[in-house]
Amino acid sequence: MKSASYSYQLQPAKIRSEFFRLLPISLFVVAFGAAFGLAAAQAGLTPLETLLMSGAVFAGASQFAAIDMWGPQVSTLPLLAVVFAINSRHLLMGASLYPMLKNVSPGKRYGLLLVLTDANWAVSAQEYQNGRHNLEVILGGGLVLWMAWVIGTLLGVYFGGLLQDPKSLGLDMVLGCFLLAMALGGKQSPRILVSWTVAAVASLAAWKWLPANMHVVVGALAGGVIGYFWLEKHADSEQVQEEATS
Amino acid sequence: MIETTSTGVLALIGLMTLVTLVTRFGGVFAMSFVRISPRIESFINTMASSVLIAIIMPLAFSGDAGAIAALSTTAAIMLATKKPLPSIAAGIIAAGLVRYFL
Repeated sequence: MKSASYSYQLQPAKIRSEFFRLLPISLFVVAFGAAFGLAAAQAGLTPLETLLMSGAVFAGASQFAAIDMWGPQVSTLPLLAVVFAINSRHLLMGASLYPMLKNVSPGKRYGLLLVLTDANWAVSAQEYQNGRHNLEVILGGGLVLWMAWVIGTLLGVYFGGLLQDPKSLGLDMVLGCFLLAMALGGKQSPRILVSWTVAAVASLAAWKWLPANMHVVVGALAGGVIGYFWLEKHADSEQVQEEATS
Repeated sequence: MIETTSTGVLALIGLMTLVTLVTRFGGVFAMSFVRISPRIESFINTMASSVLIAIIMPLAFSGDAGAIAALSTTAAIMLATKKPLPSIAAGIIAAGLVRYFL
């Protein structure tokens, strides 16, 4: 592994096409960014600080939570604990990409992960379920999502007052619907359906009874346990065939 | 406690960035010490789609009628057509309509 020849070549043309493929969903991300910019301005952050947070942290839900805890003084450890809890899903998302990421150099691997977020990961994970390897969407899609988040933040900071209630237009459901469509676009086998049921029940139980923000990780791990003990019988031979034919 | 002076805010943003970066890098870093057996591969695959389910379920259960309309419309159309964009668009429209009329 030392004198590594990494088998996955990132294709610039595909990175570009994935950038444009996630452009439509990014337009909605602009709206969320604007809502964040407005909330941050109201909490007393300067425009520059708000932009810096969006550009560097690039994790919407945790940024909203941080703004909720903002004041003349901020208790650091509780804030960081909340940020970690909300973003801990990234740990699992990254891990799920490892079978592909191990085939690119460490520099590229961690570079790609800088722009890892729900939407581009969901596309890549769904394609992986269907036997296609797509890391380009992490980079190309991640860049367009990042730009949308920063531009949205900027708009919200300066023109937030003009925002119509995005909820009345159903815009708050865009990401949820997107993630659901990605989930249902994958293969459905009895094994997957059982793991989803377990994940659904576990996440709801965690959401109800465990400390806040743990439900995603709890539900996902519970679903994963099903996969650990229930192996798809023909998965291996199918994969070999696919690799031989592609 | 960090006071939200300009240096304080910068420090907070820096710390938030660091914590988020740990979550982005950590899973992949940990996996580099794990041998990918078929069992681990199977775990990863079911976990991946379970992440999505675990994000969506509480969203549906804590959501209003509009949220439920959006998610069920998207689910129905996605299962029938396997086309993401029309499914998502229909879900958004459903949420808008339900909220407008209810």
